[in-house]
Parts: sequence; structure tokens; C-alpha cells
Amino acid sequence: MKRVLVTADPIDAAAEMARHDAGGHGASASFLGRVRGDGGLTELYLEHHPAMTLPALERLAEDAAARWTLAQISLIHRVGAMVPGDLIVLVIASSPHRAEALSATGFMIDRLKTDVPLWKRESFADGRAEWVEQRAADHARVADWN
Amino acid sequence: MASAALDISYFAWVRERMGKGGERVILPNDVQTVADVIAWLAARDAAGAAAFARPERVRAALDGAVVALDTPIVAARDLSLFPPVTGG
Repeated sequence: MKRVLVTADPIDAAAEMARHDAGGHGASASFLGRVRGDGGLTELYLEHHPAMTLPALERLAEDAAARWTLAQISLIHRVGAMVPGDLIVLVIASSPHRAEALSATGFMIDRLKTDVPLWKRESFADGRAEWVEQRAADHARVADWN
Repeated sequence: MASAALDISYFAWVRERMGKGGERVILPNDVQTVADVIAWLAARDAAGAAAFARPERVRAALDGAVVALDTPIVAARDLSLFPPVTGG
């Protein structure tokens, strides 16, 4: 079972994990990404591509399912304006075994950062607003999965 | 090849510098690749010059599929131009 969403609403991680609990899987691994309040950040805005973002997330979940034995996947990304502490992204992979759940979760969040059309803009208390630059280290992490 | 309309969408700082989310353009016949479109937009006006001053920092998708900048436009209907992605 696969649930892939792009949403402007807050992500309910507990409700999503409850869906995996209900599946009775041997192992569930998760990644939760939150907005950090570093440097006086007041807002994080996530821009997405209305035609490309969801299909890219779906392909990512399919790639993970083709590579590992997974019983259930949740891949949820929030878009729009967020404040420090808000969940930006939630990845949960469930499998009979921990190694597959852990690897699939790491693969999906690493690949998401280089492959999925999403762009972050940070706004700060002093009025500055900046688009976040892609990090070379993110590409290095993805290369490790190849 | 006859000129055809192409819908272009802009995202993130490309959108901000262009001052719009997208537009429909009729390309000159000598504009054949994604890189040609970017160069044509950069030469067209000040907004294009600001958005595409460093074309190597721009990524592109034709009809929803990410492509290299040297890809020919051929019969594509829409082009998206955006910075490297930063989600997650």
C-alpha cells in the first residue's frame, strides 16, 4: 500500500504512523523533516510544480518498492508557508524486516532532495528572504545509493 | 520548421526575476534547443537578462520530463525553467 501526497495542510505524523500500525508489519522506519528556526528564520515557503511534483514523488516510492520488499509506504511533502517546528516532509516505510525499512526510508529522503521539483525560500526576522541553494553534499549522498 | 507556440513556466527565483509565473511565446525559427530558449529570453529584456545571467544554474523540463539544456524543443508544448531543487 502506498500513500503519496503533496499538501498545503499540516502533516499529521501520528495519524500516518497509525496507518502503518494497523498493517501489523514487523518493522516501520520513518524520517520527519522539520522547519528549523536558525538565524532568526520566521517562515519557510515551499514552492512546488503543479504538474511534476506529485508524479516525481510517486516515481520515488515506486523505485523504493522495486528495490526493497516493502509492505507499506507513506511519502508526504508539505508545500506553502510554514513556521519553525512545522513538519515539511514525512517518510515511513514498513517491511517484514528492519534493514529494508531503514534503507528504503534513507533512499527516499536522499533522492527526494535531488530529484523532486520543490524549492525552499527562507524569510528572516530582519526582512531578508532568500531561496535556498542546493548542496553538493546532497548529490554525494544520492550517488551512494547507485 | 514552422514557428509554434510554446508555454513556458517559471519557478522559484527564476519566476521572481521574470516577474511572472509563465507566458506563451512564439519562438524564432533559429531557437531550437532549451539552451537557445534561455539565451533568447536573456536577450529579450531586462527581466530575462536577470533571470538567465548564469544559464548553468537553470534546470529544465519539457512536457513534464526533466531534460538537459541541449535538448531540442521539437514538438514540445510546455517548458518549465527552474533552479536546482531544494525540497525535503
